Amino acid sequence: MIEEIGTTEQGDMVINVGPQHPSTHGVLHLVITLSGETIKKVEPHLGYIHRSIEKMCESLSYRQFIYVTSRMDYLSSHINNHGCALCVEKGMQIEVPARARVIRVLMDELTRLASHQLWWGAMAMDVGALTPFFHAFREREAINDIMEETCGARLTMNYMVPGGVMADIHSNFQRGVKEFIRFFRTKIDEYDELVTGNIIFKSRMEGVGYLSPEDAVSYGCTGPTARGSGVSCDIRKLYPYEVYGWLDFEEVTEAGGDCFARYKVRMQEMRQSLSIIEQLIDNIPEGEFLAKTKAVLKLPKGEFYSRVETARGEFGVYIISEGGTTPYRIKFRSPGFSNLSALDHMARGHKIGDLVAIMGTLDLVIPDIDR
Amino acid sequence: MNKEELKARLEELLPSPAFEEGAEWTTIVVDPAVWEGFAQEMRSAEGLDFDYLFCVTAIDWKTHFTMVYHLTSTVYRHTVVVKVKLDHDRPVIRTVSDIWRTAEFHEREAYDLFGVVFTGHPDLRRLFMTDDWNGWPLRKDYEDPVNMIKL
Repeated sequence: MIEEIGTTEQGDMVINVGPQHPSTHGVLHLVITLSGETIKKVEPHLGYIHRSIEKMCESLSYRQFIYVTSRMDYLSSHINNHGCALCVEKGMQIEVPARARVIRVLMDELTRLASHQLWWGAMAMDVGALTPFFHAFREREAINDIMEETCGARLTMNYMVPGGVMADIHSNFQRGVKEFIRFFRTKIDEYDELVTGNIIFKSRMEGVGYLSPEDAVSYGCTGPTARGSGVSCDIRKLYPYEVYGWLDFEEVTEAGGDCFARYKVRMQEMRQSLSIIEQLIDNIPEGEFLAKTKAVLKLPKGEFYSRVETARGEFGVYIISEGGTTPYRIKFRSPGFSNLSALDHMARGHKIGDLVAIMGTLDLVIPDIDR
Repeated sequence: MNKEELKARLEELLPSPAFEEGAEWTTIVVDPAVWEGFAQEMRSAEGLDFDYLFCVTAIDWKTHFTMVYHLTSTVYRHTVVVKVKLDHDRPVIRTVSDIWRTAEFHEREAYDLFGVVFTGHPDLRRLFMTDDWNGWPLRKDYEDPVNMIKL
């Protein structure tokens, strides 16, 4: 499976990047065919963290399987849990209390912020700027502290369960979030000053890794990757779930299609997430946070599909039920998997140094791809 | 376009189609022999324009396999689910990676985990498992005494 470093018959050089390489953000293995410094082909080799989560879920109950999904896209664990909870609720026809719905959206948006912050720091580090990483982690730490108080976890939250959320928010939650928003509003401007306008950064990003809107759709790209090509694909807008339909926010798209466009989309999305949190934080309805459900959940025979917008794009959960306490089959449609498939197309013709920038703007999380 | 109109349009493309009722989206069952032509029609037909294939998967029903394709049009925002029944002993189907490029990876995944063979696929190799892996892990009859944890 692993080609050795060498040359092809045409005299092109074949090199391996990964599976242990800092800029692949995990165990991604790329086999790259180079002509001089120019990329002729990029071939991802997957499976280094494949755990066959779909098979595992076939033997787990509808309450248990949600915990496994935190381990896929670990930077969007709330949103993964949310998608699974929605799918079970759709099958069981469970009515989620209003308080839980608002808390869920708040948690989703905080997660999106934390994920984009980490992406921003890592992105800048990939193209050679080390300082932003520390800035990003300082802000991300504030979100993690808020999460820790309410969910008891900092990475794999497991906070959303069928019927609502596992526990009520901590008494400090609202105060903490408001403090964080005030703090982060100033920081995000600092992010722009520090990186966005930087001439070296821009020259690394502009015109690199072009993806046309047609190709973005054909490759199944979603999230900021597709929105950077001007494709409208935000599930929160197109198929609103929970309270997204009543909120005032914009779907950010950029027509550029290059790395800088994808970068700008994510920077704008952080501001939109802040605005969503601001709209909701003082308007959490009183009442139950968890609907009363049966102790053992049994989905009726049939198939159920739910989709949510994670920080990386469209996450789909497809449950096929035979009426038992465990799913007959589960398919997770992960956003990173489809986004990665466009990498070869985007990288061809660029220099090998640009590959790191392109991978950075795809915002890959490898366990999400391998599952 | 509502569900009924969509059904009527699909009926034009395929004589005597079989629809499945009770699902969230319009679900159509297609014979593997006509799948390729039908897929091409769905992609290009005026007013249908299914350009976004968002989920491809296989299901092992022990007696047969079902390939499930979830398709949406980014222009008209209608969704259809296409199911293709395959023989359990010889699961072979025509690839659609030339119509929707995302299918290339998704079909490799289905091949890797279910052993479904896609004819005409440009690069049909295992995706997650190593090349010398034996068996198809997501099949219901798959047994692996070493790596599988029974819960």
